[in-house]
Amino acid sequence: MKIFNYHSAKDVKEASKLSSSRSAFLAGGMTTIPSMKLGLASYKDIINIKGIKKLSGIKISGKKVTIGSTTRHAEVANSKEIKKAIPSLSALAEGIGDPQVRNRGTIGGSIANNDPAADYPSACIALNAVIHTNNRKIDAEKFFRGMFETSLKSGEIIESIEFAIPQKSSYQKYPNPASRYAIVGVYVAKHKSGVNVAVTGAKSCVYNDKNLSDILSKSFSADAINNTKISASGMNSDIHASADYRANMVKVFC
Amino acid sequence: MASLVGSRVERKEDKKLLTGRGKYTADVNFIHQTYAYFVRSPHARAEIKKVDISKASKAPGVVAVLTGADIANDKIGGLIAGWRIKSEDGSDMKVPAHPPLANESVNYVGDHVAVVIAESLDEARSAADLVKVDYKILKAVVKTKDAMDSEQIYKDIPKNMCFDWLLGDRAKVKEAFEKADKVIKIDIINNRLIPNAMEPRAANADYNPSTEEITLYTTSQNPHLARIIISAFNGVAPENKLRVIAPDVGGGFGSKIYPYAEEVVCSWAAKKIERPVKWVADRTESFLSDCHGRDHVTHAELAVKNDGTFLGFKNETIANIGAYASVFGTVTPTYLFGPCATGVYKMPAAYTNVKAVYTNTAPVDAYRGAGRPEATYTIETLVEKAARELGMDPAEIRMKNFPTEFPYQQTLVHSVDSGDYNAGLKKVMELGEYESFEKRKKESESRGKLRGIGFCTYFEACGIAPSPVVMMLGCGIGLWESAEVRFNPTGNVTVFTGSHSHGQGHDTTFAQIAADQLGVPIESIEIAHGDTDKGPFGYGTYGSRSLTVGGTAIVKACDKIVAKGKRVAAKMLEVNEDEVDFNNGEFVVAKSNKKKTIGEVAFACYLPGTYGEVKSPLPDGEEPGLKETSFFDPANFSFPAGSHICEVEVDQDTGETKVVKYTAVDDFGTIINPLIVEGQVHGGLAQGIGQALYENCHYDNSGQLITASYMDYTMPRADNFTDFNLGFTCTPATSNPLGTKGCGEAGAIAAPPAVMNAVIDAIGTEISMPATAEKVWTACNKKNKNSEAA
Ligand SMILES: Cc1cc2nc3c(=O)[nH]c(=O)nc-3n(C[C@H](O)[C@H](O)[C@H](O)COP(=O)(O)OP(=O)(O)OC[C@H]3O[C@@H](n4cnc5c(N)ncnc54)[C@H](O)[C@@H]3O)c2cc1C
Repeated sequence: MKIFNYHSAKDVKEASKLSSSRSAFLAGGMTTIPSMKLGLASYKDIINIKGIKKLSGIKISGKKVTIGSTTRHAEVANSKEIKKAIPSLSALAEGIGDPQVRNRGTIGGSIANNDPAADYPSACIALNAVIHTNNRKIDAEKFFRGMFETSLKSGEIIESIEFAIPQKSSYQKYPNPASRYAIVGVYVAKHKSGVNVAVTGAKSCVYNDKNLSDILSKSFSADAINNTKISASGMNSDIHASADYRANMVKVFC
Repeated sequence: MASLVGSRVERKEDKKLLTGRGKYTADVNFIHQTYAYFVRSPHARAEIKKVDISKASKAPGVVAVLTGADIANDKIGGLIAGWRIKSEDGSDMKVPAHPPLANESVNYVGDHVAVVIAESLDEARSAADLVKVDYKILKAVVKTKDAMDSEQIYKDIPKNMCFDWLLGDRAKVKEAFEKADKVIKIDIINNRLIPNAMEPRAANADYNPSTEEITLYTTSQNPHLARIIISAFNGVAPENKLRVIAPDVGGGFGSKIYPYAEEVVCSWAAKKIERPVKWVADRTESFLSDCHGRDHVTHAELAVKNDGTFLGFKNETIANIGAYASVFGTVTPTYLFGPCATGVYKMPAAYTNVKAVYTNTAPVDAYRGAGRPEATYTIETLVEKAARELGMDPAEIRMKNFPTEFPYQQTLVHSVDSGDYNAGLKKVMELGEYESFEKRKKESESRGKLRGIGFCTYFEACGIAPSPVVMMLGCGIGLWESAEVRFNPTGNVTVFTGSHSHGQGHDTTFAQIAADQLGVPIESIEIAHGDTDKGPFGYGTYGSRSLTVGGTAIVKACDKIVAKGKRVAAKMLEVNEDEVDFNNGEFVVAKSNKKKTIGEVAFACYLPGTYGEVKSPLPDGEEPGLKETSFFDPANFSFPAGSHICEVEVDQDTGETKVVKYTAVDDFGTIINPLIVEGQVHGGLAQGIGQALYENCHYDNSGQLITASYMDYTMPRADNFTDFNLGFTCTPATSNPLGTKGCGEAGAIAAPPAVMNAVIDAIGTEISMPATAEKVWTACNKKNKNSEAA
């Protein structure tokens, strides 16, 4: 690991001010620290944001679940309120990595990182999430831009993520047998306004499968998609799963 | 005192290991410590044109940067292949030079090019980035199957072939096949594995310029072997000036049997810079540079009669031994493989032909089971296919071909001293509820799942090994074992063994044996190992040898203690020696109340005379002290055997395959500690199931290791398994007084074919290891398509 300056920010303003193109925020550190140790990333400044109280916590109000960006996966997994409001969301958090990762990793870190195989981005898309930053509100559909790429600007900090409570929802994941990240994860959520089928792991970035979403919006049943063909084009292919296999899994899990 | 042998004594070493009080090589720090970081080849195959260390040498904190040129200048010898194999045509195996730091060429990703030694690890690592190596990149040879038809890696080694070895009689096999009603054929791959011991390899060498002694702490299964190789072959220091200590070691599975380049370099460098040099592998270095396991491509055939009788067996295997011939890299695919390839069966004619090939991948050496898993996978998938093709029950075809009289002389090499294969198979069928399998299958089907069942009946040759036999077969060392039993004056005991415990539980098992032999409480016995300056020379731990060979040496040394004790007790009790008996720690005189405890006798041995109350004259001519050494060379290998049944459930939609029932009945001869033996079987099964369903080492076509971290290399985890249902049968070994056979490798040997036979039964088509979800899904699809077309 290369030498770096460590800062512990007391509020969002300070954190944002300290940041530069050669810095990283330290939330759970579950992505940043392994990348630094493996020599894949090095930073001049590491800015710890875990001390900023306002960034952490879970709020439920009417039709929304709002989760602070430094809320840990384990807290979402174990939250009685979330389990009641959106059981599939706490189930998703329960399925991330292992207990050590869940006890440190945060939702803000996960979506800021936007790993193509991460779980949370699919929840954001399926649950019509709005990402609140220190500057603005961003719709999930506009937030995830590409592989490890988001619409966050330099110095911009995610403060919270606001999810719409659906009528029905489910998240199914086929974990990579080695890393346990999603080879394919499919988040289906039925809202009053329609159904979202969000897919992670399959392509270079999470996406809303508009075709499946439309079909299920018209008829919300497993049989409705029986004759739908999922194209493997644009899907990832690696030693763990081919594009064809991923396409099949999207259908199986939908 | 009740006998401890056979009882479930809790592991004495666990308290230390589980509470973080173990002492591992990485925990050792010397004053003036320096830290080494290795510059490794990023290319699978390249010529080294120039190594420029000028910038790195001037980097902050750097003490020294050493290269292959320095190794050559100092005449440090290369790493060795310990077992000389001859080809079928009588020629010697071909071995390339393997300098500890590469001089002219690099031959796999991770090959050692230079070492940077600095005041801190961070400084060493940063400076390593400044070592500029000018490579001429060459085309890499990666695939086992194509290696003989690819670019030639070494000038003097045509076809990249180390040897072309034959065991058996081709003519006899040809005759047998001519008489066959049917010939069953398979083409299989034994997937390459990365051992992944929990503790990564490490070395810390300290040099004392005034005594010229090197002390090397290292993660070794075999410190004495490390010492003799580093001194006699690498020439770093004479044996008497090299002390090798393998303290607590966190697993090895074969990958830590022999010294690697890093130990040689740290020892040599410590002497050169006159400061201690420490190296600890990070996990990716382990993936890249630990010796790997398996990697065979095999075509095998079985000649059968319609009634299921086996007539003959052919085995044509290409074994990938990696870029260099490692210490046991050449024996693993030959003498540890070929003789076991006919399985437990009567096989009138057989041969095994192995072509060992070099590739631009990490060296391949012994990994839990070493050769025997490959052999068992070959014969057991072949036999199960024969049963399918002949429409026979898989148990019936096996029983038909079991030998029933022991000792049984096998077709290839081994004379198996004892066994009862029928008993084991019957017991596993009962324990595994074979009769009600169809019911379970229906139940799985009602949930939309496919269920399959697979058998494996195996034997293996371990308890390695009778020295004259192995030396005749090309082994460069003997494989006996030593023990020293040392009574302390106050009656407690230290037992030194030349074997080494790195997870096996020797501290407990060996103490049970010594406690029984000497009649001393187990709490009064300490087992010592892993330090060449403490106990006598020994050959370490691998090949399920420690108990049968090392444990026997302890028994023999205890016998000598008792023999001397009798002479001393007789003098103390004023009777003749032949009037003294020894039971339960007491020397007694029959039909009298005269007795001395072994503690009193030990005390007398250390205070030989009369002093106040103490009256303990030794017999005339008897030496004082009570310490005995024994070197035991077994007359034969030992032959554990067993029958395993696996049931799997397959989800056709996703291809996901789960082991849902696993039953194993093993014959390990006498069992000293069932708790430890069950643990060994569990661990072996986890690795065997891991090989069958999850683990796979993957190099891409350019020789880059893709599975170089746990993000991509699938280590099985607890949730991948079901409860293991274990049973035992016992036919004691006749080659050692304890009757033990060895249990460390059995699970890893038996599980792969049991699991794969179950998968094949479930999906109705052949498939290669590991049976990952995608592969199973693809195989199911293909089969469904074929049956639709038909
Ligand atoms: C062994 C292992 C297994 C894993 N398995 C899974 C899995 O199955 N599924 C899955 O989805 N993930 C998995 N992860 C990733 C895990 O969920 C991480 O916690 C997550 O990706 C990053 O969160 P973090 O809080 O640790 O972020 P950090 O590592 O602290 O930060 C990551 C990045 O996000 C930025 N960042 C952090 N917080 C903010 C913020 N509030 N605003 C703006 N930018 C921010 C940082 O600048 C940094 O660039 C795994 C990780 C490991 C180590």
